[in-house]
Amino acid sequence: MIEIQELYKYYGDQRAVGPLTTNIERGEIIGLLGLNGAGKTTTLRILACDLLPTSGSVKVAGVDVVERPDDVKAKVGYLPDRPPLYEEQTVSDYLTFAARLRGVPSNQTQKLVAEAVELTELGDVSKKIIGALSHGYKQRVGIAQAIVHAPELVVLDEPISGLDPVQIVEMRELVKNLKGDHTVVLSSHILSEISETCDRIMVINSGKIEWSGTESELSVALRQGSRIAITVRVAGASEAAALARASEIAQKVPGVSAVEPASSSEAGPGIAAISVRGEGDLRDALCRALVQADVGVLALGREQELESMFLELLGESGEGAPVRRKKKRRKEGDAVAEAAPATPTDGGAA
Amino acid sequence: MSTALLIARREFSSYFRSWIGPALMAGTLLVDGLLFYWLNGLDQKRLSGEVLQQFFYNASGPTMIAAILLTIRVLAEERQTGTLILLNTSPVKDRDIVLGKFLAAYGVLALTTVLSVYMPAWLFVHGKVAIGHIVVGYVGLLLLGAALTAIGVFGSALASSQVVALVVSAVIAAVFVLLWMVAKATEPPLNQYLGALAVHHENFRPFMQGILQPSGVIFYLVFTYAFLFASVKVLEARRWQ
Repeated sequence: MIEIQELYKYYGDQRAVGPLTTNIERGEIIGLLGLNGAGKTTTLRILACDLLPTSGSVKVAGVDVVERPDDVKAKVGYLPDRPPLYEEQTVSDYLTFAARLRGVPSNQTQKLVAEAVELTELGDVSKKIIGALSHGYKQRVGIAQAIVHAPELVVLDEPISGLDPVQIVEMRELVKNLKGDHTVVLSSHILSEISETCDRIMVINSGKIEWSGTESELSVALRQGSRIAITVRVAGASEAAALARASEIAQKVPGVSAVEPASSSEAGPGIAAISVRGEGDLRDALCRALVQADVGVLALGREQELESMFLELLGESGEGAPVRRKKKRRKEGDAVAEAAPATPTDGGAA
Repeated sequence: MSTALLIARREFSSYFRSWIGPALMAGTLLVDGLLFYWLNGLDQKRLSGEVLQQFFYNASGPTMIAAILLTIRVLAEERQTGTLILLNTSPVKDRDIVLGKFLAAYGVLALTTVLSVYMPAWLFVHGKVAIGHIVVGYVGLLLLGAALTAIGVFGSALASSQVVALVVSAVIAAVFVLLWMVAKATEPPLNQYLGALAVHHENFRPFMQGILQPSGVIFYLVFTYAFLFASVKVLEARRWQ
């Protein structure tokens, strides 16, 4: 559906995107994940023919965005990060205008508008002025205008941004409902926002795809070698003795490469904390070994959640890594685990 | 063309869904009326033809100002509010966008101009003026309005905000209006060229007098086309930014 070959986009001397090469199959829901300034919006704007690439080839359904932009535009529906809404119009008037603008014949306009209204559940507000709608409804109208001409590709830039939790759940359902009839590419800078919606996630940083795969693959890749924090209690022992005992047991668990003392959030007789590093997910093996050795396990878990590991992955990529991530890593210091080796992208053609 | 009309229809109606259209129309007509009353000395005896000529001269100022004020929003506001992206990502030619915006703003301006016809009509009833003089004067006002509307569209295409669009359009308009003064200060043949490019003075005067000169019509049409063409090129260039 989408073929991108060696795409570059420069703003003056500043490289916003590139080199970027990837393929997206028809019917997929793809999540483009990256921090602000990573190149997501520029990539999406090129797909929507709002910007022209500096070099490289971008084809949508086999049509080149530079050679035949109008043909591509007819196949693409685009929701930018700020929905392009004429707030003085009613929802139905606006969608009718958007459909006609995309070349929908007048005898089919009302049918397609009705379908878009139904899919986005805008029936209750279709006669209302857009300016009077809530943020969530405006976002729905934005999606409705992107699908009103039944495009093959729907491009959504930060569709969940600014929505409340209930609206986020509704928006996820809406995006999932687009699957089948449309190929969907959406972007976000928050992993959890799109992980439940997308078939495949592409992590983009400094204009390049750093990683591509499913959410479970991303999870496995990121959690390889992650540290596990354990708080134990050894009855009748001092803190030092408890620390030594727990470390000794943990060292013997297959796959463990290092055990270090850690600061415990709990205080009390016989309570100690350790940080364990090893290959794969060792939580169950460590828990079993400690319990069998009559050591009480008060807490056991990864030191970082998936979200922060993703941010760490972007921070580790070096070039162009956002300053605020680097600051965060310095602040976390040694307590932060080294970033797991991510599965490198196969040039994007995942 | 149908896409340009689609854009023009939406834009035209948007003028009347806010205070901008009615306020600009009312303001322009009010100024036209006051100038007609105060500057024509209706309480004195004057030839009707002179009064009509003075009316067209007076009306040209508010028409030019209204054209600029109507057009500053057409592209700059869309850029500010993010709606321009809807047009840019639809299978619409940049020329259709520019033409649609121009037609909408020009439609409002033309409507305002035509609504001022009660003043020449009053002269026609109470004085002695030729209908041809009235028609040619209005043709001149409408052509002048088209030229200034095109300048406004161009300024709006260049600018990222309405304030900047206003400044850019006003400066360009002022340059082309005041070229006749520059022409007076220069030697032949340069003064002839500069005078011929002045958007108001030499080109508008015959219309005021009821003289329909093809060269004047062609000047305004070419002037309007040139600025609309430049606006299209500005939009195209922005995609390569």
